[in-house]
Amino acid sequence: MEICRRNDEIEISELDPFLAELLRQIPASANPEGVPAAEERIFSPPTNGKETEICAEWKLYVEPELRRLFQTATQTVAADLEQLNGNENKFANRTLRIPSKHADAWLSALNQARLVIAAKYHFTDGELSDQFRSPIGSRRDLSLFQVNFYGFLQEFILRELGGWEQGPGSGD
Amino acid sequence: MNKRAAITTFHVWKNAGPSTIDKPTIEKEARAEEELDLPWQVVVHNDPVNLMSYVTMVFQRVFGYPREKAERHMLEVHHKGRSILWSGMRERGELYVQQLHGYLLLATLEKAG
Repeated sequence: MEICRRNDEIEISELDPFLAELLRQIPASANPEGVPAAEERIFSPPTNGKETEICAEWKLYVEPELRRLFQTATQTVAADLEQLNGNENKFANRTLRIPSKHADAWLSALNQARLVIAAKYHFTDGELSDQFRSPIGSRRDLSLFQVNFYGFLQEFILRELGGWEQGPGSGD
Repeated sequence: MNKRAAITTFHVWKNAGPSTIDKPTIEKEARAEEELDLPWQVVVHNDPVNLMSYVTMVFQRVFGYPREKAERHMLEVHHKGRSILWSGMRERGELYVQQLHGYLLLATLEKAG
């Protein structure tokens, strides 16, 4: 896999079928439905529990807005990911191009997916900071790899976003 | 705790003559509870999943902090488990917490003190 910035896009090329599949799973992985621990994390309370009035208003007015915000981000990412659904040989490497204007949506969806997966598998701090854990021997290991892979993409987008925000010519 | 406090302001009215001063009038004015309550704090809590660089970016965007200040707060969250990012009136604090939740950070609004 190669990742680089080309003008107003992030280009991820030489994506093998395994990594392409992990990318395809971002929208589904970001969905906390059916995983109470993930729901609790994504829609965490706005106070330390003492301010019941604020919490009630939050549930009524803010939470639906947050749901819409997160859904819009995953929809944008899902639309970009359609580039990976070509009809050519399914074992061929793919290329994905992310427009700079979609960078925030990608950051949001990747973060959401990482949080949901981590909540689902109750990963410990130690597991999350063990970047060199291998090999992948179970569904849990695969999910941890997924969290780290999405984190790597987030880091790259953040780095490039800094360049875009500083203006043209500041990247590369 | 004082639920509805009153503050006293003194207005001194001078007469036309430079040497005579009227008795001060004392004006009591009630202010809403919120105005005189202790300030509220926006607290961000540690989450091992969120990337340090991501948290720094969010602090810069939401609070307009320069990178160094944003990093200081991020490191405080990382090492101490929480950091007070801002304190002031409730409404603005609620807006900040809402923005932070929009970035999926663990943030709460708490009364100071």
